[in-house]
Amino acid sequence: MVRVVLAEDGVLLREGLAGLLARFGLDVVAAVGDADALVAAVAEHRPDLVVTDVRMPPGFTDEGLRAALALRHDHPGLPVVALSQYVDRGLAADLLDAHGGVGYLLKDRVVDVEEFAATLRRVAAGGTAIDPEVVRRLLARRRDPLERLSPREREVLALLAEGRSNTAIARDLVVSEAAVGKHVGNILAKLGLPPDDDTNRRVLAVLAYLRSPNG
Amino acid sequence: MIFWKALRGRDFLVTRWPWRALAHVAGTPVVAAVVAVPVGLLSLPGVLALSPTQSAGARVVFAVVGLAVLGAGLPWVARPLARLERWRLRLLEPQRRLHHPPTGYRDAATWREVAYAVLLLTLGPLVYVPAFLVAAFPFMLLGGPLLLTGADGPVALGFVVTDSVGEALGYAAVGLVVLPAVPYLWSVVAGAHGAVARALLHDDERLAEVARSRARLVDGFDAERRRIERDLHDGAQEKLVGLTLRLGLARLDVPADSPAHEHVTRAHEEAKQVMAELRELVRGIHPKVLADRGLAAALEDLADRGPVPVELRADLPRLPPHVESTAYFVVAEALTNVARHSGATTASVTASASDRLLVVEVRDDGRGGADPAGGTGLTGLADRVAVLDGRMALSSPVGGPTLVRVELPWSA
Repeated sequence: MVRVVLAEDGVLLREGLAGLLARFGLDVVAAVGDADALVAAVAEHRPDLVVTDVRMPPGFTDEGLRAALALRHDHPGLPVVALSQYVDRGLAADLLDAHGGVGYLLKDRVVDVEEFAATLRRVAAGGTAIDPEVVRRLLARRRDPLERLSPREREVLALLAEGRSNTAIARDLVVSEAAVGKHVGNILAKLGLPPDDDTNRRVLAVLAYLRSPNG
Repeated sequence: MIFWKALRGRDFLVTRWPWRALAHVAGTPVVAAVVAVPVGLLSLPGVLALSPTQSAGARVVFAVVGLAVLGAGLPWVARPLARLERWRLRLLEPQRRLHHPPTGYRDAATWREVAYAVLLLTLGPLVYVPAFLVAAFPFMLLGGPLLLTGADGPVALGFVVTDSVGEALGYAAVGLVVLPAVPYLWSVVAGAHGAVARALLHDDERLAEVARSRARLVDGFDAERRRIERDLHDGAQEKLVGLTLRLGLARLDVPADSPAHEHVTRAHEEAKQVMAELRELVRGIHPKVLADRGLAAALEDLADRGPVPVELRADLPRLPPHVESTAYFVVAEALTNVARHSGATTASVTASASDRLLVVEVRDDGRGGADPAGGTGLTGLADRVAVLDGRMALSSPVGGPTLVRVELPWSA
């Protein structure tokens, strides 16, 4: 069973999230309301996954995210999902390091309960999950080489950047997995990225490409 | 002004105004006499320069020193005088006016106070002395018969001389007839004096007060928006997310073929829609990203949202909230105009801050011809910028490009 430490300062939402996690068979070992308590709870429970609000007391800016970064630093690879009120590409970039097991989602996504639970499981298993809105903005900012991609390839790229596996992408777009594999190969080639079968490394490469200032 | 209006009224003489005016004009010679002493002392070196017994060189020295002494000393006399005169002015203008004292030698208000003091001592006697003589004339005529009975020769009554009681009684009758004109005379003098005093001692300060109160208003408005945003966010918004989440969970537990399933599913979808609407509403009031992460992050968010690609260069420290929000809403409005009217394919936003000035520029490669008077919403924002002592400029020749530039002074 995946053991989770949950940090969210709003009491109602915290209870709702705890209920959601329990409903999907995730074991909430601690549910806390601020960043210091989060760090303490992780030290105590050694969870398999941390789910934290970015904005928490006392300063109500990015305490939750800072705590998450500190935790990732002390426990490399500890899976962390940060929930944010708004898209901040800087914050998202801070989270994405060389290790997998990272999620950056808009808070509103939690209401799509099944998808949210699936995302948490993916991150707990070492995957990467980036909010579609973040990906959309990264894609919108990038021009030249992306224009060489076909519309279908751009669709695949967006899903790829969110952290989906080939299987998931194939299901979403209702095509065969082999077709997705071909698209992915074309995308990586057109963007000059090394071909890679590991989903997570591939996602990170794509995100690194999208974040880089020029190209 | 209310006093002049009263003066034109038919019932002026039975109102309180003649007596207030009398109190004012009667006080003036006393005030002038008191002020004359320090001003006279300050004038001494200058007066020596006029003395024919001094050598030419000494007179030049006295003249220079005299002017310097006068220039340095007069404001110190004029300031308490101005304070007293503002207080006396309330005899004629009972409504209280806010006033902020001038700040020093470089403040124009200081020299207006000095001008008032000089006028009081120069023009003052030229007006008050003849007015007093004219006003005294009817009283002399009235007193004529009385004077004549105690005297044994002809008596001078102002401009006339008489030695017959009958004639004196005639003059007294004339005096009685013109007597009601006297309150009008002193009232006109008081009114004119008051007008000069108001012009020299008041008007600017009132404008300054208006500007200050406008700045307070905008500040208060801004703080209120942030408070509403915070309340909505911590209250309704969070609860709504919690509720929608519960509806999502409930949907899973209701059998898919039951009638309740459809209702719960719809309720879930609608709650999600309300969530999105509320989020947009709150963003329009005061974006969370602006409050939490500052102007640079908020501009990034703005740049990401619009349909026209925006190149953003913003490297900024955290600035005071009202500066950040004013700059933010200017850029938001400018980018809205870019998207709606300019036909531009790209735009750029640059923001940089020195330790005193924030400069933000929004450019686009569109067709130009933007008219600030054309209700672009920028005019309203220009007012906000002006309240912060900032400047906003729009350059939009027909054919483009369009540039909106805002400069906002700030201090930590």
